[in-house]
Amino acid sequence: MSAGTATPPLTSTSSIAGIGRVFEHRFLSYRRTFRASIFSSFLTPLLFLTAMGVGLGGYVDASTQDALGGVPYLAFLAPGLLVATAMQAGSFESTFPIMGGLVWNRTFHAMYATPLTSRDIALGNLLWIAARLTLISTVFTAIIVLFGAALSPLVVFAIPVAVLTGLAFGAPIAAFSATQRTPDRFAAIFRFLITPLFIFSGTFFPVAGLPPFLQPLAWLTPLYHGVVLARGLSLGTFGTNPTPELAVVHLAILIGFIAVGTFAAIRTIGAKLVRG
Amino acid sequence: MPETPESVDSTSLIHARGLTKKFGDLVAVDAIDFDVAPGESFGFLGPNGAGKTSTMRMIGCVSPMSGGTLRILGQDPERDGPAIRARLGVVPQQDTLDNELTVRENLLIYGRYFGLSREECAKRADDLLEFAQLTEKSDSQVEHLSGGMKRRLTIARSLINEPDLMLLDEPTTGLDPQARHLLWDRLYRLKQRGVTLVLTTHYMDEAEQLCDRLVVMDKAKIVAEGSPRSLIEQYSTREVTELRFPTGVQETLDGQLDGLAERVERLPDRVLLYADDGEAAVTASHARGLKPETVLVRRSTLEDVFLRLTGRSLID
Repeated sequence: MSAGTATPPLTSTSSIAGIGRVFEHRFLSYRRTFRASIFSSFLTPLLFLTAMGVGLGGYVDASTQDALGGVPYLAFLAPGLLVATAMQAGSFESTFPIMGGLVWNRTFHAMYATPLTSRDIALGNLLWIAARLTLISTVFTAIIVLFGAALSPLVVFAIPVAVLTGLAFGAPIAAFSATQRTPDRFAAIFRFLITPLFIFSGTFFPVAGLPPFLQPLAWLTPLYHGVVLARGLSLGTFGTNPTPELAVVHLAILIGFIAVGTFAAIRTIGAKLVRG
Repeated sequence: MPETPESVDSTSLIHARGLTKKFGDLVAVDAIDFDVAPGESFGFLGPNGAGKTSTMRMIGCVSPMSGGTLRILGQDPERDGPAIRARLGVVPQQDTLDNELTVRENLLIYGRYFGLSREECAKRADDLLEFAQLTEKSDSQVEHLSGGMKRRLTIARSLINEPDLMLLDEPTTGLDPQARHLLWDRLYRLKQRGVTLVLTTHYMDEAEQLCDRLVVMDKAKIVAEGSPRSLIEQYSTREVTELRFPTGVQETLDGQLDGLAERVERLPDRVLLYADDGEAAVTASHARGLKPETVLVRRSTLEDVFLRLTGRSLID
C-alpha cells in the first residue's frame, strides 16, 4: 500500500548500531561510578585470595597432601573464586539496573520512543553486562597471576569462561527482572540461589566432597560448569581434567543458559515496554 | 475491513479509522476515527481514563492496536514502527529522563538514539537548551531540577531529531500555574514554527490556548469534534451564570429554577444557567425571589461543553 506521502525516515537503524547506542547509554551512566567500581573490583578478589587462599590454604595444605590432586589450596581456589565472582556480578547487574530502566527512571521507555527496538534495548544491556564482566574478570585474573596462583598460561582463557558464566546467570535473571514491579524478590534470588551456589558449586572444595545425592544437582547449575573449565585452564590440567569432550559439554551448557536467557529477556523486556 | 488506498487522505499526518485498543475485556479505545493535518495543533480532551493515553501510545508506535486502521506519516505502525518513531517527538505523561545524567547529557544521548553524530547532537543540544531556557542548568544533574524544568527538558529532548510530528501526553499536568504558562509559551512558539502538535489534556484552558482543533473523549469514545470556538458555539451558550446558594438551600429549590435560562445545570456546589445573555438570567432569578450568596457571569468554556456532552466535570 502506498499512501504517497511516505518519505525515507531520518535515520534507519541497523540492529548492531541500535545495540551500540543502548550500550553507549550504560557507559555514560557508568562513568560517574567508574572509580569506585574499579577499586571494589580490585579489593574483593584481593581480600578473598588473602583470607581464604593464603590464610585458610595454609592449614589445608599442611593437613592433607593429595586431597586436591597435589595442588596448593590457593591455586585450587583462585579460578573457582574468579568464576563465582563473575556469577555474582552478572546476577546483580541483571536485577536492579534492568528493573530500574523499566520501572524506576524508565530510561528504557525513553529509548523505545526512538527508532530503537525492544531487541536493541535487551541486547544492548546484556552486551553491557558482558563488558562489565570482562573488566571484572580481567582484573581478577591479573591478581591471581600476581599471587602466583595460576599454574598455567592458559589461565588467560579463564576470563571468557568467567564472562560466559556471569552471563549464564545474568541473561535469565534479566528476563525475570523485567517482569518485576518491585525489587522484593531480588533478595530471594541472592539468598536462595546465588549464595548457596557460591558455597556448594565446587568453588571452595571439590563437588566430590558433597553428599552423593547432591552431586548431580551441581550439574544443573552454570556455576559448576564454569568452575570446572576455569580450574582446568588455571591448573593446566585442561585436556585431561576436563577432557576435551567434557569441556565441550560444559561450554555448551553455559551457552545454552545464555541463549535461552537472552531469548527470554528479549521477550519479557519487550512485553514490559509495550505495556507501558 | 481492508483499507483501500483511495480512502487514505494522503495529506493527513495521522489517519485513524475504527482505532481500537483492548486490555483483556476492557475496551480502552473504542473504534475512534480522526485525522490530523500537517501544521495543525490537535488535542484530545477528556477526563482521566477516557482513553487518551492509550491512543497516544498507539500513535507513538509503542503499543500495538487491537483493531482498526492507523497510518502515521503515511506509514503502518505495525510494520514501520522504528521508521515512524524516527520522525516523532514524544513527551510522555510520566518523565523518562535519566536522573543520573546532567541536563546536557540527557539531550546528547537521546540524539544518539536517533543515530545522530556526536557533533550534530552537541550542536542541536546547545540550541535546544536555549529554547528550553535551561542553558544555565546545562551541567546540573536532572535529579535536582524542578518539575517545570524537567518538563521543558523533556520537550527539548523530544525535538532533538527535528520531528515532523510532536506527541505531548498531558504536558503540564502537576505543574504550578507559572510553570504551565512558561511551557505553553514554548509550545506556542513551536506551533508558530509550523510544527504539528498532538496533545492530550484534561485542562480546558490548555486545550483552548494550544489547540486549533480537538476531539472530546469520554469512556473510550470520541463524543465531539471541532475547534474550541465551534464546540462552544455548538454545545453551549455564549454566557454562563453561576449561582451559589447558602448551604442546604440549593436542595430546596425544586422547580424554581426551571425556565430561567436555555438550560439549567445543577452541580453539587452550584447552579449553572446557560443563556446567551447572562445578566438577563441574573435579573430573571432575582425576579423569582431567589437569593444566591454569589453570582458570577462568565463566558462559556470547553468545561461547559464537556459537562453538556457527558454530564460530568473534566476533573473529578
